[in-house]
Amino acid sequence: MDLNEKVITTHKLTKRFGDFVATNEITFDVYKGEIFGFLGANGAGKTTAMRMLCGLSTPSSGEASIAGYDIYKETEKVKAHIGYMSQKFSLYEDLTVMENIRLFGGIYGMSNAYIKSKSEALIQQLGMEKEVKKLVGSLPLGWKQKLAFSVAVFHEPKIVFLDEPTGGVDPITRRQFWDLIYEAADRGITIFVTTHYMDEAEYCNRISMMVDGYIKALDSPTRLKQQYSAETMDEVFFELARGAQRKGD
Amino acid sequence: MKQFLAFIRKEFYHVFRDSKTLLMLFGLPIVLIILFGFALTNEIKNSKIMVCDLAKDEASKALIDKLEANKNFQVAGLLANPNQAEAAFRKGDIKLVIIFPENFNEDLLHLKQAQVQIQADASDPNTANTLTNYATNIIRNYQQDLVLNNQAPLRIETSVRMIYNPELKGTTNFVPGVIALVLLLICVLMTSVSIVREKEKGTMEVLLVSPLNPIMVIIAKAVPYLMLSLINLTVVILLSIFLLKMPINGSIFLLFFESTLLIITALSLGLLISNSTDSQQQAMLLSLMGMLIPVMLFTGFLFPLENMPLPLQVISNLVPSKWYYIIAKAIMIKGLGITAIWKETLILIGMTLVLLTISIRKFKIRLA
Amino acid sequence: MRTLLFLLQKEFRQIFRNKAILPVIFVMPMIQLIVLPLAADFEIDNINISIVDHDHSSLSRQLVDKIAASGYFVLSDYGNSYSQAFQQFERDRSDLILEIPSDFERKLVRENENSLFIAVNAINGVKATVGSSYLGRIINDFNADLRLKFNPAQGLNPVPVIEVSPINRFNPSLNYPFFMVPGILVSLVTMVAVYLCSLNIVKEKEIGTIEQINVTPVKKYHFILGKLIPFWVIGVFIFSVGLFGIGRLVYGIVPAGSILLLYSFLALYLVAVLGLGLLISTYSETQQQAMSLAFFCIMIFMLMSGLFTPVDSMPTWAIAIARCSPVTYFIEVMRMVVLKGSGFADIRYHFLMILGFAVLFNSFAVWNYRKVG
Repeated sequence: MDLNEKVITTHKLTKRFGDFVATNEITFDVYKGEIFGFLGANGAGKTTAMRMLCGLSTPSSGEASIAGYDIYKETEKVKAHIGYMSQKFSLYEDLTVMENIRLFGGIYGMSNAYIKSKSEALIQQLGMEKEVKKLVGSLPLGWKQKLAFSVAVFHEPKIVFLDEPTGGVDPITRRQFWDLIYEAADRGITIFVTTHYMDEAEYCNRISMMVDGYIKALDSPTRLKQQYSAETMDEVFFELARGAQRKGD
Repeated sequence: MKQFLAFIRKEFYHVFRDSKTLLMLFGLPIVLIILFGFALTNEIKNSKIMVCDLAKDEASKALIDKLEANKNFQVAGLLANPNQAEAAFRKGDIKLVIIFPENFNEDLLHLKQAQVQIQADASDPNTANTLTNYATNIIRNYQQDLVLNNQAPLRIETSVRMIYNPELKGTTNFVPGVIALVLLLICVLMTSVSIVREKEKGTMEVLLVSPLNPIMVIIAKAVPYLMLSLINLTVVILLSIFLLKMPINGSIFLLFFESTLLIITALSLGLLISNSTDSQQQAMLLSLMGMLIPVMLFTGFLFPLENMPLPLQVISNLVPSKWYYIIAKAIMIKGLGITAIWKETLILIGMTLVLLTISIRKFKIRLA
Repeated sequence: MRTLLFLLQKEFRQIFRNKAILPVIFVMPMIQLIVLPLAADFEIDNINISIVDHDHSSLSRQLVDKIAASGYFVLSDYGNSYSQAFQQFERDRSDLILEIPSDFERKLVRENENSLFIAVNAINGVKATVGSSYLGRIINDFNADLRLKFNPAQGLNPVPVIEVSPINRFNPSLNYPFFMVPGILVSLVTMVAVYLCSLNIVKEKEIGTIEQINVTPVKKYHFILGKLIPFWVIGVFIFSVGLFGIGRLVYGIVPAGSILLLYSFLALYLVAVLGLGLLISTYSETQQQAMSLAFFCIMIFMLMSGLFTPVDSMPTWAIAIARCSPVTYFIEVMRMVVLKGSGFADIRYHFLMILGFAVLFNSFAVWNYRKVG
């Protein structure tokens, strides 16, 4: 983690849907190589915030820049420097493992030779040599998610956004998944991750807690636990979420 | 029973929360009734024709006047030369060119024989044929007017009565067909898609592990569409009575009974399609691409079935809406009772049983 | 450009990998094109007739023979009870009843005139008109023959006769499939294009892959072109197989006009209807919605297009609606170019209109797509 380089900065970023304020003037910075956890109950505004940062929806007001690019004016440049993995599994299930890698590599403008050598290394690392020619739809969920993450960082983005990436997989696979995340962070890729699992929150360098569209707390897990004199992140979460007005869906 | 009702309610929510589905389900039948009632017709009217009058005499002028006065024709222009006919046809909207040769009147009076040439754009053979007939009749009538003075002996008169539809309205023929089309297509489409959607999303498994019997799950899926179709039927019938002024001459209960039968046949067919496909896309394309034109043609309301080549007449027997069309015509227009249509009713019941047996068997294989 | 190639590769892979849909796209339309034109035949012959003969004279029998020999009618029933004949009529076993009165021959000879009664099943008005006019013509001929026989002198002083010589251009044998094949081909190509295009895009929305694409540097127009081009190619392919494979080999239709002209129109037409598919997809969140909208549009476009019923016979307001459907224009162009050999000058207006539809649908769709994104 490199405290000298900010890769995400936001200032009073807001999204309104009619009268409803989904995210309310959120302001924070994320540093290069940091694993930044984005926590909150369902409906707290996490996904809306993340979608604005990815260029999937336009903010109502406020400022933000991603990898040094403005999210209003330089969306295309933002998109070239980020990776994204949504909570819905979103690789093409009717393409094979290799075809998916080639497609997304190609979309990010990587050369064929580079895609070839890099994908071979990736397949080896994931231990999926036998599955290369299988349709992605036929793989078990844990493998799909590891593959989706690898595809999201395949083009070496500055930041990768992970929206509840480990929903529905077993603890061992989740552990392996986090190994991949650490490895990417070591390479200098910033990880921006939303999650419901409090044990995963412990893995993050810093976490922010969203309640009713506001950021209620932002610090490292250890400091947060001290601040709220709590034993676990679970307790911190309950302490903060207790006052929430909005109900989860 | 409570769960059963809950399932049915869930299905209604799916339909009523979605404005696009509602548009198809209820908007389409209404639009179809209006189009078939007021816009579409098999008749050939207002056809543009051209005349090439090389004679320019009394008889040719009298005939042109008669053509112009006819509601079927619209004389769009005069040609100086018969060779221009070709170009006029190519432009598209001229259907007939009538050519009077030189000395037309003279030939008629002195040689007692004159000729008129009618050139038709036969790229549409039906229009060509019909318009040629219309024009020939006008010419014949003119010829008979000429000889009216010497009253012919041994006259055989004919008196013609048009039964069931004295005004020769197109709607009489179309409305029962549209009902058949709407009930069959929409029902098949909705059931097949709603079941496959649950399969695709994995929610079907949730339903199947519930305490309800799998057969009941299927019935719960079918009942809402049966009810929606009955509402649809009611709307269409009300429209045809009050908007198209087409009364139901027979028993309305019998009509509802037979319609329910067709709806159940359609639901069974939808069930079969849903059990033979794995994705919504496949079910939709099968029901839409595969059924739209065949059902339109083989029901028999656009083109008479008895004109078709024998193999196609055999195929048309497999289309449930054909039988329903015969039944609906008998009840709505002819005012007949069950004694006249028991055979067609039995055929529909037979089709339903066959379709249900196959699809339930397929369904069980899937469960096993 | 390279991005587009990757997207195209992906689309074609997905389409050709889907073994369940391929036959629905390629085989089913072709089977329909082979079978359906034969079903859409308007020529009315083999009309079933019941004759109720109360006279049983030699004259009435001569009339019955003449009707039976005419080729238009099939004598389904010959008896002397009208109510029995009417039962045949109710069950659709006969379309016409001719009733010959008991004093037919006697009255004709004595009073020089007589009257026959014809009842026509008029549910199908067109068929009723044609049937009764055939029968009327036969009776007239019978009448004329009769006069000549009883009064040969009339032959020496003939009444003036206008001879009508009809010429059927472009399709002298009045072959109905010639007329139907081009129209049905257009509807099939349209259905494949609109359904596939709209369903395919909405499917990506429904399963979420479109979001994955949206966060990449792929531009909107890349994505849209990546969708439109494959279906455009499929449309051209189906059209070609239909026109040359089935139209030519099965029905012997050889386009009279320029093939190049047809394909230029097709190229533009496909852009227009794919734009419609795109537009539908921007209004839909689920495949069911897309299907409902597409079905609604296709059904109305097809009925109003003049495929089965003539546009000219519609009331003015309906003609205006028909003119708002791209299908109407392509069906007209096909019939004009294929059957009559019309040239570019004849279909200028159609070109202009279809260009308008292409621009309208696509820009509306792209605008709406932006708004939603």
